[in-house]
Amino acid sequence: MIPEIGHFALIIALTLAVAQSIVPLWGAQRADARLMASAAPLAFAGFLAVAISFFALMYSYAVNDTSVINVIQNSHSAKPMLYKLTGTWGNHEGSMVLWVMVLAGCSAAVAGFGRDLPSGLKSRVLAVLGLISLGFLAFILFTSNPFERVWPPPPDGQGLNPLLQDIGLAIHPPLLYLGYVGYAVTFAFAVAALIEGRVDAAWGRWVRPWSLAAWSFLTLGISIGSWWAYYELGWGGYWFWDPVENASLLPWLIGTALLHSAIVVEKREALKIWTVLLALLAFGLSLLGTFLVRSGVLNSVHAFASDPDRGVFILGLLAVYVGGAFALFAWRAPAMAPQGAFAPISREGGIVLNNLLLCCITAVVFVGTLYPLFLDLLTGQMISVGPPFYNMASFPLALPLVVAMAAGPLLSWKRAEIWPVLQRLWWAACIALGTFIISLAILGWQVLPALGFAAGLWLIAGAATDIADRAGVGRTRLANAWNRAKGLPRAAWGAAIAHAGMGVTILGVAGMGLASERLISLQPGQSTQFAGFEWRLEGVRDNIGPNWTERKATITLLRDGEAVHVMTPSRRFFPTGRMTTTQISIRTNFVRDLYAVLGEERPNAEGVNEAVLRLHYNPLAPWIWIGAGIMALGGGLSLSDRRMRVAAPTRRRREAEEAARAGGSPA
Amino acid sequence: MTSQADAPMPRSNTRRNLLIFAPLAVAGAAGVGFYAMLQGIRDGSFNPRGIPSALIGRPAPQFSLPPLESSGLPALSSADLAVAGGPVVVNFWASWCLPCLVEHPHLMALHQRGVPVFGINYRDGADDAQRFLTRHGNPFNRLGVDANARASIDWGVYGVPETYILDREGIVRWRWAGPITPELMRSDVDPLLAQLGA
Repeated sequence: MIPEIGHFALIIALTLAVAQSIVPLWGAQRADARLMASAAPLAFAGFLAVAISFFALMYSYAVNDTSVINVIQNSHSAKPMLYKLTGTWGNHEGSMVLWVMVLAGCSAAVAGFGRDLPSGLKSRVLAVLGLISLGFLAFILFTSNPFERVWPPPPDGQGLNPLLQDIGLAIHPPLLYLGYVGYAVTFAFAVAALIEGRVDAAWGRWVRPWSLAAWSFLTLGISIGSWWAYYELGWGGYWFWDPVENASLLPWLIGTALLHSAIVVEKREALKIWTVLLALLAFGLSLLGTFLVRSGVLNSVHAFASDPDRGVFILGLLAVYVGGAFALFAWRAPAMAPQGAFAPISREGGIVLNNLLLCCITAVVFVGTLYPLFLDLLTGQMISVGPPFYNMASFPLALPLVVAMAAGPLLSWKRAEIWPVLQRLWWAACIALGTFIISLAILGWQVLPALGFAAGLWLIAGAATDIADRAGVGRTRLANAWNRAKGLPRAAWGAAIAHAGMGVTILGVAGMGLASERLISLQPGQSTQFAGFEWRLEGVRDNIGPNWTERKATITLLRDGEAVHVMTPSRRFFPTGRMTTTQISIRTNFVRDLYAVLGEERPNAEGVNEAVLRLHYNPLAPWIWIGAGIMALGGGLSLSDRRMRVAAPTRRRREAEEAARAGGSPA
Repeated sequence: MTSQADAPMPRSNTRRNLLIFAPLAVAGAAGVGFYAMLQGIRDGSFNPRGIPSALIGRPAPQFSLPPLESSGLPALSSADLAVAGGPVVVNFWASWCLPCLVEHPHLMALHQRGVPVFGINYRDGADDAQRFLTRHGNPFNRLGVDANARASIDWGVYGVPETYILDREGIVRWRWAGPITPELMRSDVDPLLAQLGA
């Protein structure tokens, strides 16, 4: 009964989406207030219907209803309740329902907070969001129905991929969807602006918080995915330039550019056409990621079970949304009057440089991800584009970006002098140069990590300079400066913190450039010297968990003959899925990670069992994700700025925060 | 870009109008390409997951590799591939490669059955490679050292382990990228070797 309610609610949501995509748009074109007024209630009702559907599916997972095919394929009664619930979106069909629910939630949020949006703009935005909902609801109902039943029901499900039974992966997709779908809102604003042929500061004020929120969630989502790959897959790395990872990085890069250029639109009414294009691209690339992951054209470790029919459907949706939006752009953008001239050396100029470099990096990743596919299609030649390409091609672009990142916020709007800015940054430059030289001396001419350390500290010092400069340190008494710093707008603090967070991440990446590993096979009692510790394998024994059995090694780490750590990597076997996973053991002190993986066991020539161990020493590894967390924190702080509240009065801000919390809470 | 409002030169205007169609053109081209890929997946002509080797049905590339001195095994060159009088197995491996250790027992079993197994040691240290063979046993009749991976590139090796089966004329008949598993022995290796008269 419950699955049928869910299915029915999804059909209701589809019909509501049809209405939402037609009626308000028609009303806006005819300036009919009654028709336009239907937009908000339709958005609320649509959200309610999709939410009912989503929770009906979640209920089927919670009670392990094996008459639902989706539950059979992806769940098992022996799974812990938490992973039964998160399993709702651990598969193609369920994740699409979650995607549409987040989209409908954003629609409802625009409808709810946007009471003082011009009614024409609001109606058009909601109509575009309705059109996007419509396409994906049709996609779910016609190709990926999660509520299909089977009779008679089998006694139990077939389990979920044990790799996915993990808290990091459970919260990774919802965060990513919050990011992707947030860009659906900026996309809708961009399309509405193209229809109206007008972009103004008010438009920028609305696009900015949405792009900021989407960016913060996407930052968190990507970093949690990278963290999951680090501790769960056991390859010892954090980013593999896998096509699916790249698919999430593309909208992040463009979204970062959008975040900055939207400020220019808001403050200076310049870069309008460009910002509209970025808003279209950010969502277009989000959809491209969805297409690549779900259609099966990509060869990746974490693509969904794929189906070309679904691929054709998503491609059709892409053609309608992205093709339609770009066509509209080509038609309407020339009509938008350019405004707000500025000198090349100015805050706007800095942001243009940021945008250009980010777009170039995006192009590198885009080409690297799609080139093998197109080459295979056109010539039948199979190649793979690996990390060396991405590192070589993106590094020369990232370096000037980082250099400019510290200077940009110190430039004034419209016209600035470069010399005073450099004077304020001289101490940051000294730190960076000193770090570079000292690192080179200590590391013995490893240029890239040394550059990374210098760049990371340059960014952090630059962010500190930004805040100190705004607070008037050096021009006024320290106590006075402290009070001024406390009184600075949260957007200023947010920007500085996000830039410093990027610095922390770069330090982590540079540290990982010095990582070392050892592959060794040991008998119980034997030990090896690695990374300043003596690693002694005490033994390997059996363990039984709720839905797995494991072989667990105990490794004691000794320093000067004294045991300081115990590590217990294991290999788990999941009988229901006939799958083995490795459970990595990590000991961190936040300056370095010790990381141990248990491989196969086999008898050696004398018939004694030996275990293969892979040991990693990863300097500064945790900083990669701590930095990403700091970046997202900066985004959130900026989002709570008073100026954003001017666009959305206090009551709405409260709701916005509630919506953000509600959206983040499936964790 | 809209930064300069004061210089609307007619030529740059035309260029801007053309540029404004660029996103649509790129998206359109990509869309057509993706559609062709999806059609290809349907009719089997496009398979992003398969890793076919360009060598199947052709002789192995020309190469000549030095031996691993400490092992006492003869060196390996392309001339040795066709003279074994039966099918041969060519295995690319390295001591640092964990999956190579996983498939190692299968190579030992093939070796003990009398199938010639030729090894190519890929980007490895001579001491490490020798330690691997001493510790785990030697499955190879011949062993070439490809320290700079030059020969491996000619073969089109993706990474280690990778295994090829050649018939008695030295024509490549089978290729597998990744470790050999018991299932693979049953489904591919044993039937093919039997067919080729091992």
